[in-house]
Amino acid sequence: MLEIKDLHAKINDKEILRGINLTVKPGEVHAIMGPNGSGKSTLSSVLAGSEVYEVSEGSAKFYGKDLLDMPAEDRAREGLFYSFQYPVEIPGVSMVNFMRTALNEHRKYNNLKPHTASEFLKLMREKKNLVEIDSNLTNRSVNEGFSGGEKKKNEIFQMAMLQPKVAILDETDSGLDIDALRIVANGVNKLKSKDNATIIITHYQRLLDYIIPDYVHVLYKGRIVMSAGKELAHELEEKGYDWIKKQFED
Amino acid sequence: MSIVGTKIKTEQKYTSLFAEQKNVLNENISDVITSQRDKAIQLFEDNGIPTKKVENYKYTNMLPLFEEDYGYDFKHEVFKQDLSEVFNCNVHDLEATTIYLINGWYYRQNQLPTNLPKGVLIGSLAEYSQSHPELVAAHYNQYAKNEEDSLVALNTAFAQDGFFIYIPKGAVIEKPIQIVNIMDSDKDLMAFPRNLVIVEENAQAKILLCDHTISDNKYLLSGVTEAYVDENAIFDIYTIQNQHNLTTNISSLFVKQKKHSSILTHNLTLHTGITRNNIYVDMADEHCESRVYGLFISDKNQHVDNFTFIDHANPNCYSEELFKGVLDDASTAAFAGKIMVRPDAQNTNAFQRNDNLLLTDTAKMNTKPMLEIYADDVKCSHGATVGQLDEKSMFYLRSRGISKEEARILLMYAFAYEAVEKIRVEAVRDQIKELVEQVFRGELNKCSSCALCGQEEEKGYTCM
Repeated sequence: MLEIKDLHAKINDKEILRGINLTVKPGEVHAIMGPNGSGKSTLSSVLAGSEVYEVSEGSAKFYGKDLLDMPAEDRAREGLFYSFQYPVEIPGVSMVNFMRTALNEHRKYNNLKPHTASEFLKLMREKKNLVEIDSNLTNRSVNEGFSGGEKKKNEIFQMAMLQPKVAILDETDSGLDIDALRIVANGVNKLKSKDNATIIITHYQRLLDYIIPDYVHVLYKGRIVMSAGKELAHELEEKGYDWIKKQFED
Repeated sequence: MSIVGTKIKTEQKYTSLFAEQKNVLNENISDVITSQRDKAIQLFEDNGIPTKKVENYKYTNMLPLFEEDYGYDFKHEVFKQDLSEVFNCNVHDLEATTIYLINGWYYRQNQLPTNLPKGVLIGSLAEYSQSHPELVAAHYNQYAKNEEDSLVALNTAFAQDGFFIYIPKGAVIEKPIQIVNIMDSDKDLMAFPRNLVIVEENAQAKILLCDHTISDNKYLLSGVTEAYVDENAIFDIYTIQNQHNLTTNISSLFVKQKKHSSILTHNLTLHTGITRNNIYVDMADEHCESRVYGLFISDKNQHVDNFTFIDHANPNCYSEELFKGVLDDASTAAFAGKIMVRPDAQNTNAFQRNDNLLLTDTAKMNTKPMLEIYADDVKCSHGATVGQLDEKSMFYLRSRGISKEEARILLMYAFAYEAVEKIRVEAVRDQIKELVEQVFRGELNKCSSCALCGQEEEKGYTCM
């Protein structure tokens, strides 16, 4: 479903991604780990359509379509979801209005009729329960005054509403206490099916105790330098990243 | 000197017109109003039409606007008015008492509800100046600052009619009084509507003033509204300006407050050509509360200039100001807000903020807070910002499948929301929320002839 080949990306002439290759199939969970500054967040922003980075080489195909050629909104409508490491607060835009606009734009793109108000509210109630998000939060402005944990829960709630084919979770575990981490992980697990895939970007193995990955990749200096099964995450937790850094020093 | 030459010529046009039309202007109006004219026209002549050299008009040169030739409607045939070619006021669904003005003249066929509290007077200023001369004389031209602003003086010189509202002691009008002023003429037209509101002790009233244009002619509208708000009274006035691009709208509001009164003014400039709003609030007693708000949304070559003067003349008063602006294309705007805290006005709380959103590189905003504080125990603050749409928020919305255009509308609306929220009459607030959203969606376009808004050019006009 997602096929990334030799992807290079730069910001202000500084190359951050230096040839990423990754193939994701339906039903899979991939974890991408790596030390600070290795390009993890860049990879996810580039895939989501951030215009801050410039793709200089390579390709990314999403169900055969050229992902890199699409504006961010079309990538989302095609079924790509990006959970932000730092969700943005948007005072004045209500969660309800935001989600209804987003959902209906998805439906329009896929030639479906927009939800009626009652259909929408029903869906919203269902999904709120799924991710255990406080009812009051959805009555407020987007992320405004939300705690770190609430913001991350809100990301998963949006994911539940939009039902993407591929979800990229960028450091979703950062800043979460154990309870919030469990709730977020449960939400992700409940949304998992044989038809969708998840890419988890993380520093730590912690989240991977709850969401079991099929593959673990190590990103270092803009390249995936190692790929293995879930046991790699434990090895990294034990030994840190130094042994990898030594091995792949340029 | 050529500059001096033009100056004399332009003002002379108005003074000559005054001399020539004086008898017509005075018809059917009591001397309460007419006796003020001579002094006012003299003040106008002495001070001249404000250019950018006048400090309070630093960002808007009024002279060229007055150089153009306009017709006038001084001999308005009030009993032949016809509103049957009805226009569509966007707030007309509101549960309100609605009255109409045509070119500033009170529409004689207005239907007033029968259940208004006893003693309440709503009607034509000209008529009430004759039937209730003492009441009108006690307040008419008592608060307008003819000396400070020559355009206010010009209005006083030419004033004939407008609305008059009197809410006697203790009377409360729950529903807003909606006043719709329609500019309708088959020629270019100037008008000088003059309005007076008296809210007595413990009385309450809310006014929604809508300025509209029907026909595509050029208009110069220079109106003055005076409001006297007595002890413990509550008075709200919301002004919605929705006129086409060939309109120059100068609107001056003078509020005089007495002890424990609370007032709110809100100027919502949704669409005009050139707009100048003057808001003067005189807190002439202790424990007054005033809230002065504004929201302006401009595009193309529109220009909006808001000027406020909050006079903390007495101790223990509270004032709060918020003006928000969204400027697109090559529109320009200005905000100048003066807060005067006079020597004895201890325990003053005065807060002022002006935030602006510029959507293009060509839009321009000037903002100038002016605080003059002569008391020592005061809490005053002011702040002004000029910014662009937040890129991070844009990306966040787009990453959820929301198109760039829709995301832009959501963020503009979010910016304006704070000002809309200040409306304290729920029904008015809900209606204005919708109006503002329509403006951002481009569904409320009063530009008659502009290529930029995709409409057919009519009658050879182009955008100013």
